[in-house]
Amino acid sequence: MVDQLLFFIEVVVGGLLAGTMYSLVALGFVLIFKASATFNFSQGAMVFFAVLAFVGFMQDFNVPFVLAFFLAVLLMVFVGLCTERLVLRPLMNQSEDTLLMATIGLGYVLEGLAQAMWGVEVRRLDLGIKDFPIPWIADNLKLFISAIDLTAGAVAFGMIIGLSLLFKYTKMGLGLRAVADDAGAASSIGIPLKHIMLLVWSAAGVVALVAGMMWGARAGVQFALVDLALKALPVLIIGGFSSIPGAIIGGLLIGAVEKVLEVYIGPFFGGAIEGWAPYVLAIFFLLYRPEGLFGEKIIRRV
Amino acid sequence: MTYTKGDLINLAILLIVGVVVIPMTISSGYWYTSILIPWLCLALATIGQQIIMGYTGQLALGAAGFMAAGAFACFNLILRVPGIPFVGALLISGLIAAAFGILFGLPSLRVRGIYLMVATLASQFFIIWMIDKFGWFKNYDSSGIITAQDIVIMGKPFTSPVEMYLVIVAVVTPMTLLAMNMARGSTGRNWMSVRDMDIAAESMGVSLLKTKLQAFAISSFYCGVAGALFAFTYLKSLEPVAFDIKLSFKVLFMVILGGLGTINGAFIGAAFILLFPVLLNYIGNNVFHGAIDATIISAIEQVVFGVLMIIFMIYEPLGMARLWETTKNKVVSLISKKR
Repeated sequence: MVDQLLFFIEVVVGGLLAGTMYSLVALGFVLIFKASATFNFSQGAMVFFAVLAFVGFMQDFNVPFVLAFFLAVLLMVFVGLCTERLVLRPLMNQSEDTLLMATIGLGYVLEGLAQAMWGVEVRRLDLGIKDFPIPWIADNLKLFISAIDLTAGAVAFGMIIGLSLLFKYTKMGLGLRAVADDAGAASSIGIPLKHIMLLVWSAAGVVALVAGMMWGARAGVQFALVDLALKALPVLIIGGFSSIPGAIIGGLLIGAVEKVLEVYIGPFFGGAIEGWAPYVLAIFFLLYRPEGLFGEKIIRRV
Repeated sequence: MTYTKGDLINLAILLIVGVVVIPMTISSGYWYTSILIPWLCLALATIGQQIIMGYTGQLALGAAGFMAAGAFACFNLILRVPGIPFVGALLISGLIAAAFGILFGLPSLRVRGIYLMVATLASQFFIIWMIDKFGWFKNYDSSGIITAQDIVIMGKPFTSPVEMYLVIVAVVTPMTLLAMNMARGSTGRNWMSVRDMDIAAESMGVSLLKTKLQAFAISSFYCGVAGALFAFTYLKSLEPVAFDIKLSFKVLFMVILGGLGTINGAFIGAAFILLFPVLLNYIGNNVFHGAIDATIISAIEQVVFGVLMIIFMIYEPLGMARLWETTKNKVVSLISKKR
């Protein structure tokens, strides 16, 4: 009985920690949505692009870790700049669906560029953190929790707190919120819209880089990251597109539920149900609460 | 529905070229197996995607899932129902795909935009998983790849590339005409009113429930038939992996680049997405003599598709079909001015 309970807790904790990875991707999504009401479908591609560049700098050019990180951040800022100039600005005031489709195109460009520059083979990323159970926890609590999962959880948590504070208490965050609320009104009182957009896309790029590093360290830096990142979409639906805490809780929920389902119900269906379980969960959420747990109520008029 | 004389002449020319001229002039199997057959199959799927996305304005991203449903339904029907005619199996597989379409279209009654996209992604992943995990669908084949049965119509096998091409033409032509008619008739008007402003449409008496589900059903019917044809004539095998999300994206690109809300755009878009990689490979082999790695070429292809998608979104949201129309009109007016 105790063993079963421990096993259950282990499954849930493992799921929660894996869920923080989804949260990290969802976070980048929310940042952009909040500031520009754009569903950035390319967030997954940005994760792949950023981390592949980071690994590429380290392995192909022997750039030290910190410098490679710095270069990758610069690269993502540059991507944000190009996106703002070449994609978003010409599409200003277009419908949501148009913008969404443009970001699908952007995602394709990023995936293609990343592969053209760095090749298609799976690359290993060693952050110096081992994918082993932490001995102390294993001995004392009889729980097997991987160090890298725990690190990812901590990093995600730190980023969330940082970003929330940024949004809430800085002048820049106030500007961001103003733009999110009403871009036209915000620009009329002198908030520089272009800078805000650039800032948000760069921030989303950095979040993507961190998410990619965490994922890459675990599963290798490879194209599959893009598909994995698609799971951030059900996370967003559950959490709401405009809520940072929503992204976190949605990610945790999806992570935990999909693991529990996989372990306890999956065997009856031949396994691998975590491929679609999050999406079905999202559908049920949509039917019950389309705006998500923390999203703002959607009101539409003719 | 009435047709103008011009429409009928165009149709007659297309049919003569498609059924008489092409089979008589092109004898190389390559053209059929690598270009014409996949082009028509994917164009049919694109019409399906076009109906739901271009006409009804519902962002769905699960065409490949419905194609897989159609393909495996067709395989199982022919396998398990003795004496079933191929065309009958094809139609029933379309209906089975349509049933899935209705099921996964239900969320569209509540949500739209990217929310709907996520809901339809569920259909993509679920259908592929279901086929993969339950051995019955694959007739307990352990190799994972099943050879498709031969197409037999009225006792005659259609196995050579030309024969299979003719079968496809015989299916695609009436379905295209039907789609055009639906789009021009009251059905299509309802779809478009929902696309342009669903709340206004509803207040004018268009039933959202009926219109949306009908569009989903018809769209996935087209995808299902297209998937069955795709598997039986082009792939010649059935494997769930062939219908992964990449194919869904491909069909989506065909719709967008071809032109949202046009039937001929489906054909133009499918031709472009299919032929562009062929062209790139040709350039890679003949201009650079294989100096460029194949993976790089496919990466370049991806970048070009993405860039084109953005460019079309910015400058010509109605896609290549519109581009073709405007160029044609310009040429026509130029000629008539000279007179």
